Amino acid sequence: MDRLSEVFSALADPTRRAILARLAEGEATVNQIAEPFPISLQAVSKHLKVLERAGLITRGIQAQWRPCRLDAAPLRGVAEWVTEYQRFWEERYDELGTYLTKIQKEN
Amino acid sequence: MSQNLTVTTPSDLEVKMVRVFDAPLGLVFDAHSSCEHVKHWWGRGNPLDCEMDFRVGGAWRFVEHAPDGDWAFRGEYREIEAPNRIVQTFEFEGMPGQICVETLELTEDAGKTTVTSVTRFNTKEERDGMIESGMSEGAGQSYDALAAYLAKLS
Repeated sequence: MDRLSEVFSALADPTRRAILARLAEGEATVNQIAEPFPISLQAVSKHLKVLERAGLITRGIQAQWRPCRLDAAPLRGVAEWVTEYQRFWEERYDELGTYLTKIQKEN
Repeated sequence: MSQNLTVTTPSDLEVKMVRVFDAPLGLVFDAHSSCEHVKHWWGRGNPLDCEMDFRVGGAWRFVEHAPDGDWAFRGEYREIEAPNRIVQTFEFEGMPGQICVETLELTEDAGKTTVTSVTRFNTKEERDGMIESGMSEGAGQSYDALAAYLAKLS
C-alpha cells in the first residue's frame, strides 16, 4: 500500500484516531495510551503498529519505555483536506437544516 | 461552527459524512431533487445557478457565486431510489476529469432524517490530486488545530 492509502486506512478506525488525538498533546507510553480504552494492551499495540507503518507515529528505542510520538507530516495533507471538505459541507448542511425548518413551518 | 457533521475516511478511497436533520425523509429527499429547493441551501448562503435533470442518466450543474469567486460543479445521476438513495457523479470544474462518485443514503427515525454520504475516488491518483490541491491552500496548519481536528473526529 502507498503512504497516503496507509494514512487513510489508519484514520478509518476511531480508536486509532483517538490515539493520534492523545499523542497530539504530547508523547506517551503504551500503558498511558491504553488507559482510557476498554481494550487490551495487545489490541492497543496492534493499533500502534498500524500507525507506525503509516508513518504517523515514531517510537523511542529504549526497550522498556518506548514512548510514542506523533509524526504529523504524513497526516497534514489529509487532515487539511478533510477539514476543508468538512467546512464546506457543514456550511451547506447548516443552510439545508435552516431551510428545512423554514419550509416545514410554512406548510 | 456546527458540530453536527461527522466526517471519516472508511477506506483509503472514501470519505464519509453523516448528518441528522430534524425533518421527515420525504422532505429531505425532495430538498436534494429539484433546483427550486437546492437553490436555497447548496450555495452555503451564496447565490446559486442550478441546472438539474433529475433522472438516471440526467445531468446536474451548480455554480456557486461566492465572495471569493464562482465555483462550478457538475455530474450525472446514476441511481435514484426515491426517497432513500441517490448515486451521482461529482466533478469540480476547476479540476476537470477528476470525477468522484457520491452515494447518498437517507433513513428516517422518529421524524428525524439521517443523511449518509460516501464520496468515492475512482483512483488513488484522483484522491492524491484532490488532497494535494487542499495542501497548497492551507499549508502551515498548527499542531493545535491538528489536535482539535483529531479530537473532533474521534
